Amino acid sequence: MTQAIEAEGLVKHFGQTKALDGVDLTVPTGTVVGVLGPNGAGKTTAVRILATLLRPDAGIAKVCGFDVVRDPVAVRSLIGLTGQYASVDEDLSGRENLVLIGRLLEMSKGDARARAAELLARFELTDAGDRAIKTYSGGMRRRLDLGASLVGRPRVLFLDEPTTGLDPHARNEVWQVVRGLVDDGVTVLLTTQYLEEADQLADRITVIDHGLVAAEGRADELKRKVGGQTLQVRPTAESDLLAVQRILAELTGTAPTTDLDAGMVTVPVDDPVLMSTVVRRLDTAGITADELALRLPSLDEVFLSLTGKSAQQSTVDTQKTGSLT
Amino acid sequence: MTTIALDAPPEVTRHIGPARTMRHGLALAWRGILKIRKNPEQLADVTLMPIIFLLLFAYVFGGAIGGSIESYLPQLVPGLAVMTVMMASMTVGMNLNTDVSKGVFDRFRSMPIARPAPLIGAVLADLVRYLICMTILLVVATIMGFRFGTGFVPVVAGVGLAMLFGLCFCWVAVWLGMLIRSPGAMQGLLGMLSLPLTFGSNVFASSDTMPSWLKAWVDISPVTQVADTLRGLFVGGPVAGPLLGSFAWMAGILVVFFPLAMRAYRKRLS
Ligand SMILES: Nc1ncnc2c1ncn2[C@@H]1O[C@H](COP(=O)(O)OP(=O)(O)OP(=O)(O)O)[C@@H](O)[C@H]1O
Ligand SMILES: [Mg+2]
Repeated sequence: MTQAIEAEGLVKHFGQTKALDGVDLTVPTGTVVGVLGPNGAGKTTAVRILATLLRPDAGIAKVCGFDVVRDPVAVRSLIGLTGQYASVDEDLSGRENLVLIGRLLEMSKGDARARAAELLARFELTDAGDRAIKTYSGGMRRRLDLGASLVGRPRVLFLDEPTTGLDPHARNEVWQVVRGLVDDGVTVLLTTQYLEEADQLADRITVIDHGLVAAEGRADELKRKVGGQTLQVRPTAESDLLAVQRILAELTGTAPTTDLDAGMVTVPVDDPVLMSTVVRRLDTAGITADELALRLPSLDEVFLSLTGKSAQQSTVDTQKTGSLT
Repeated sequence: MTTIALDAPPEVTRHIGPARTMRHGLALAWRGILKIRKNPEQLADVTLMPIIFLLLFAYVFGGAIGGSIESYLPQLVPGLAVMTVMMASMTVGMNLNTDVSKGVFDRFRSMPIARPAPLIGAVLADLVRYLICMTILLVVATIMGFRFGTGFVPVVAGVGLAMLFGLCFCWVAVWLGMLIRSPGAMQGLLGMLSLPLTFGSNVFASSDTMPSWLKAWVDISPVTQVADTLRGLFVGGPVAGPLLGSFAWMAGILVVFFPLAMRAYRKRLS
């Protein structure tokens, strides 16, 4: 498989701050890679380097085989960028912004207008299309910004926190658009504070923290890497709790925890094959279970154990800084 | 959306020639003009400034310097044309400064457009402002009693020369706009810079009564040279000499400040 984005050893220092301290990143053509990290991890810096807005202090980055430093014009003709903060002209209407971008991309007046109308419709902005952007809500601005990065039908799309500040409906809308683009063969690199978003959209996830890659892999790989899996059994009859506890302790060799209120026995396991044995043993003991599950840790837990910060915490931080700017 | 052949080598532009640069510049100039139309209050400087200066100087100094308002206007009006266009050309620095800090430039820079296109666009859109400025000045002056002593062609040439001067001088503002981070500081600095330049000229009074050291500067200063040319073109009198001086100044300003502006622009954006 070819790589749409390849970056090796990216370094960027701002004075004393090591925004990036040697980051490797690859995104295979046609896939979605999610970059996860707490505030200040270096996500935006990485995106800006890949989108040719910043020069790395060291390291190499290529987009579709073109070096971002030596061939920036080629890279720019292949990418679309939706930055963390909206980069549209507040004084112009949504339609005028999109037409302007079309014109700058060498479209004819007619084509630029048609493309603008198409994108406004796609992001449910047709009604607001002729109003100045400064009258838009945050979510509308975000959607228009995303539309603006699609005018040129990019092959590689960079989305820096594309759904921060969107309501669930609008967020779903954006996810739908991203999935549609991926179906069309577009490669997407997105940064996000929402683990759910990475889980939903990304084929692979790179977790960065303090300018370094903390972990990389598919969502399920990351989950497995961090905490093992847990086996949960909830017997139908509460009186069976003790028996279940005994059986699980015997099979796994570790002491299970029992939550009396939930009527649930939980035990960590490293061998998923154990599941069938548990089912058989419960069966022979004549115990029926309402719930019997092998569970991976949530990405939240992964994030926490890799960066020492909970994702929720850093989301709150973002919203705070967001409202200050 | 069209499906893209995944492994085909991408057809890309790797270099942007002058024709495309100009097209991009024109598209961005269209943006600038749209912005002016949406916020007509932004035109306050080019609409009110000429009127206020005309009224103020004609009625306050007219009698003292020129003997009467009618005899002062031929001295004042061509001078004010240079001065107001020069002040109007300072705004482009502010606008660019705001654009850069607001992130609109990030969008442009992530697109395959020529590096200087946003600058060219901003500067071209400014020509519209200069034209409005000149029109208002000349119309109000005519109402106040100013009379052109030449023909249509010299007057148009004069307006063109003033605008050309603005176009050259604006690179000073672009340079400062890229160098200075805060728009507020920028405004103050530009004001301080343009005042001595405009008052240290023969816009308001002939240099004959000035001390010799000042007269030496005033006689060769760019504002004086252009103002003298405009006097010739609007009212009548020698044109060739001051025109040569004007072109020399404009070329000099361009040669020094255009590269400085471009360098500061590149640096600001990297
Ligand atoms: N232009 C700059 N000048 C100085 N420091 C900077 C600059 N840009 C980024 N930094 C610093 O580099 C670090 C990484 O910033 P970056 O914006 O890449 O983080 P991020 O992962 O995008 O964070 P967030 O989730 O808050 O958007 C931060 O410590 C930030 O303060
Ligand atoms: Mg960021």
